[in-house]
Amino acid sequence: MKHLLGIEGMQPEEIVTVLDTADAMLEISQREIKRVPTLRGRTVINVFLEPSTRTRVSFEIAAKRLSADAVNVSAAGSSLAKAETLADMVQNLAAMNADVLIVRDRTAGVPRMLAERVHVPVINAGDGQHEHPTQALLDAFTVRQSLGSLEGRVVAIIGDIAHSRVARSDIYAFTKLGAEVRVAAPATMMPPGIELLGVKPCESMAEALAGADVIVMLRIQQERLDGPLFPGVREYARTFGLTQEKLTLASPDAIVLHPGPLNRGVEIATEVADAEPSRILDQVTNGVAVRMAVLYLVTGAE
Amino acid sequence: MSVPSSPSNSSTASRSASRVASAREAGRVILEAAGIRRATTRMAHEILERNPAPESIALVAIVRGGVPVADMLAQALSEIAGRDVPQGALDVTLYRDDVIGHGMRPIPHKTRMPFSVTGKRVVLVEDVVFTGRTVRAAMDAVIDFGRPAAIQVATLVDRGHRELPIRVDFVGKNIPTSRAEKVVLRQAPSGEYEVVVV
Repeated sequence: MKHLLGIEGMQPEEIVTVLDTADAMLEISQREIKRVPTLRGRTVINVFLEPSTRTRVSFEIAAKRLSADAVNVSAAGSSLAKAETLADMVQNLAAMNADVLIVRDRTAGVPRMLAERVHVPVINAGDGQHEHPTQALLDAFTVRQSLGSLEGRVVAIIGDIAHSRVARSDIYAFTKLGAEVRVAAPATMMPPGIELLGVKPCESMAEALAGADVIVMLRIQQERLDGPLFPGVREYARTFGLTQEKLTLASPDAIVLHPGPLNRGVEIATEVADAEPSRILDQVTNGVAVRMAVLYLVTGAE
Repeated sequence: MSVPSSPSNSSTASRSASRVASAREAGRVILEAAGIRRATTRMAHEILERNPAPESIALVAIVRGGVPVADMLAQALSEIAGRDVPQGALDVTLYRDDVIGHGMRPIPHKTRMPFSVTGKRVVLVEDVVFTGRTVRAAMDAVIDFGRPAAIQVATLVDRGHRELPIRVDFVGKNIPTSRAEKVVLRQAPSGEYEVVVV
């Protein structure tokens, strides 16, 4: 694979290839010496133009565990502060013979635009409200690890569907792998026409959770907490927050995912986040393995 | 994007990917099941002769062709020495010298190393040793897990044509081959293993 720009354009077997590769990568992180020589001498540049801890560190660790040299660029302190255009800056980074560019930006479509301008593989680490493909791959990996397969599984995605790139990428990944996907959100956060993506919009959280095998809780973004679309923290927690009581509506073996960072007591109750069905920390562990797999598959690819 | 595959040529790379799997082409059988059993039993004796303290021995199969050979050696060792030896399985895909720079992207398999190699006399187990590049990669991989007291190599078939200064310690059968031939360990329809030249 040449770039990883989104899940939408991927074939199901390409997704499975990434997950199978990640299966082998997972073991490397459990060794005492957590490093293989595969990408020795390759340079991976992390261009993060939007705040991120988890994803940036996860990509950096993934690159280093494959023996690549990882360099980080953030918006503050970069030449973007001198009004250099993003395309110019990235072309300069590519001219330093980078082997892979990992890009996060607040604007949808930026990774694709850059991929068309540089002769270097580009990995989308989240672009606006568009896609976050490695998050969806690690979510699919985590479900496969816990439940064996996604085929025929019922997945409920709950929260701000309209503004979430995680929701979009998850919907593409889960449906391509054969799962039945339901979504539930306050009316202000449910995009019109969502059923065109092959998912079932639900009237209530209870309807979405009924018998679900996988529950994906989306983060309510800080900037929306005080915005006009949001009914208020207490009201939201009551209607769309995952509590121990609502969890009983799902399948007894259901697992709970959340892309982090958590708003404890808002979209997810602390006793759920820290309990047995939660796979939230497994997602973080698996994220490194999945990103190692993606780096391995794109670096030097024809 | 496309699903990675291993093109078939005579390099180390394609051999390890296609060896066990490629099976059903016709081929000339050069070692049948009984011969394999005799060879692995003899190799087990030789391993114990060279390493008199059986508790120090660990078998590490090179995935995937070495796995059935290691299973046979482990069984023979346990019958002869009266104790089980620890067994691991090493996938060397991520240690190969012909992957990233050559556009090849074989899917790695899982590595399993359920014991510490430090202080152990590690016997790497292969089905067929050819150029020596896979054994080189496997030695690097083992050393990433710790500091073994010794590394030795056991192979069911040595077909020559080394490209590196690698020698095997225990060999089932030396088979002169041409470079263009493929030598594979495969399961016959009966379920028994056989070595064929195709």
